[in-house]
Amino acid sequence: MTKIIDNIFANATRLIAIAILLITAWIFTVLFQESLLSMQTFGLDFVTESKWAPNLEKFGAYAAIMGSIISTFLAMVLAIPVAIGVAIFLSEIAHQKLKAPVGVSIELLAAIPSVIYGMWGLFYFVPIIRDLFGGLGIGMLTAGIVLAIMILPFMAAVTRDAMNTTPDILKESAYALGGTKWDVIKDVVIPYSKAGIIGALILALGRAIGETMAVTFVMGNVHKVSLDLTQPATSIPVTLANEFTEADTDLYFSSLFELALILLVISFTIISIAKFYFLRRKRSVK
Amino acid sequence: MTATQKRVLINKIVMALSTLSALIGLGFLFWILFILVSNGIEAINWDIFMFEGAPPGYEESGLKQALIGQLIIVGLATLIGVPLGILAGTYLSEYGQRSKLAETIRDISDIMMSAPSIVIGAFVYAIVVIPMGHFSALAGVAALTIIMLPIILRTTDDMLHLVPSTLREAAFALGAPKYKVIIQVVYRGAKAGILTGILLGVARVAGETAPLLFTSFNDNFMSTDLFEPMASLTVTMFNYATSPYEDWQRLGWAAAFILSVFILGLNIIGRLILLTKKVK
Repeated sequence: MTKIIDNIFANATRLIAIAILLITAWIFTVLFQESLLSMQTFGLDFVTESKWAPNLEKFGAYAAIMGSIISTFLAMVLAIPVAIGVAIFLSEIAHQKLKAPVGVSIELLAAIPSVIYGMWGLFYFVPIIRDLFGGLGIGMLTAGIVLAIMILPFMAAVTRDAMNTTPDILKESAYALGGTKWDVIKDVVIPYSKAGIIGALILALGRAIGETMAVTFVMGNVHKVSLDLTQPATSIPVTLANEFTEADTDLYFSSLFELALILLVISFTIISIAKFYFLRRKRSVK
Repeated sequence: MTATQKRVLINKIVMALSTLSALIGLGFLFWILFILVSNGIEAINWDIFMFEGAPPGYEESGLKQALIGQLIIVGLATLIGVPLGILAGTYLSEYGQRSKLAETIRDISDIMMSAPSIVIGAFVYAIVVIPMGHFSALAGVAALTIIMLPIILRTTDDMLHLVPSTLREAAFALGAPKYKVIIQVVYRGAKAGILTGILLGVARVAGETAPLLFTSFNDNFMSTDLFEPMASLTVTMFNYATSPYEDWQRLGWAAAFILSVFILGLNIIGRLILLTKKVK
């Protein structure tokens, strides 16, 4: 009898665990199927055409894809130096008594939902950008900055964890040779934790590219590629968030699903690279 | 300047820059918290809990529908996601261990944990909303469950892994079958960790907005029908905040404040549980 229960328990847990794989495959299949109409209609033009005109049944994703790339790039450029600075502060500089409260604060900042970052951005950041750079204050620049602030805590926390893996004995040896703190960080901590730091940054990149609410408020959703960063623009998640409930034709829906598929493939690729090349977990054998 | 002086100078500059970075990070934290609290306190009163959403300019306007909708959607997702996640995590840690299948599931869950949540929303739209013909609370629950599953699975896996194998061996030596060892010994040993994982998982999905935009959609009035659209704090916040009406925006801030208190509260409780566990 216990043998039967044992078997049922083991197989039930296995089945549910395998379900995760099936759901993932299901997501890809469904998005692919729903995009078929758009793929057949536009082919590769979908990613190179920037005209997005629902009333004319003309859909090109170029503006949204470029918007995603530019806003994410901007966010990364702004967030990386600050995040690395915070990580260095938390792992090497801060007094033991400061480490915990500051570290926890940064982690709590990462827990605040992105819809709140978006709302804060709309009411408090857009006016600042409008005063400083002119225009509406809504657009790629604001989106990039709000996105940077949103990913900063996550990036800093993961980078700090990577830096903390450096064995103390290595650092102590370097200090014993007369190194300054910066010498130790530059020649010991960073080289030792390089893979982890790069992994942390790529992971943050993966998050930023799929982040929806923080940018939906401040991007503007205009399908145009403009070199002027203060002009309203759009990105893949912003288009999805704004237009999914408005789509009224099969082709419109299908194009939105193709956008979702593109976003999923991009984020899956980025996160896989981070996981498999840089953050390969070493699990101790039980 | 000698080489040493130069090194010391560069060191000082880098230390100053790092400290400045930390101050910038904390600065944003306190800025956002300050705005949440000052706008939130101003906007919060009893009416918010008593009344449903009303057209702008209406006196008796509140968030009752959003608060209850949020509890229903997040609560149901938790009820489904947590047991499934714990069981799947149990497989990884206790049965699969280092096998190829278990490692693949770990990798895929790690990736799914960071997948854009709006894409999950699109998926649920295709498999639930289209066949049903309209938005529904159930679709929102499905989306949040899918997002929660890998989080609970991975934390359970990690926490069970921390339980010393000697405990298992002792139980096995007494002749206990494996499922009993897992339920009565391993789960008990990992209780605090799993609970923290659940709290953090719930906190994560409670803030999700994007996947709800086109699954549970929104409703300005009280609804407890799972087969109909349902309001949530996050989507209501989004709609009210982007509206041009000042009293709606005020409700948006009230929603933001309540949600933040809830999420930060869960996070802090989760950390405290782990902390007190460690001290013992």
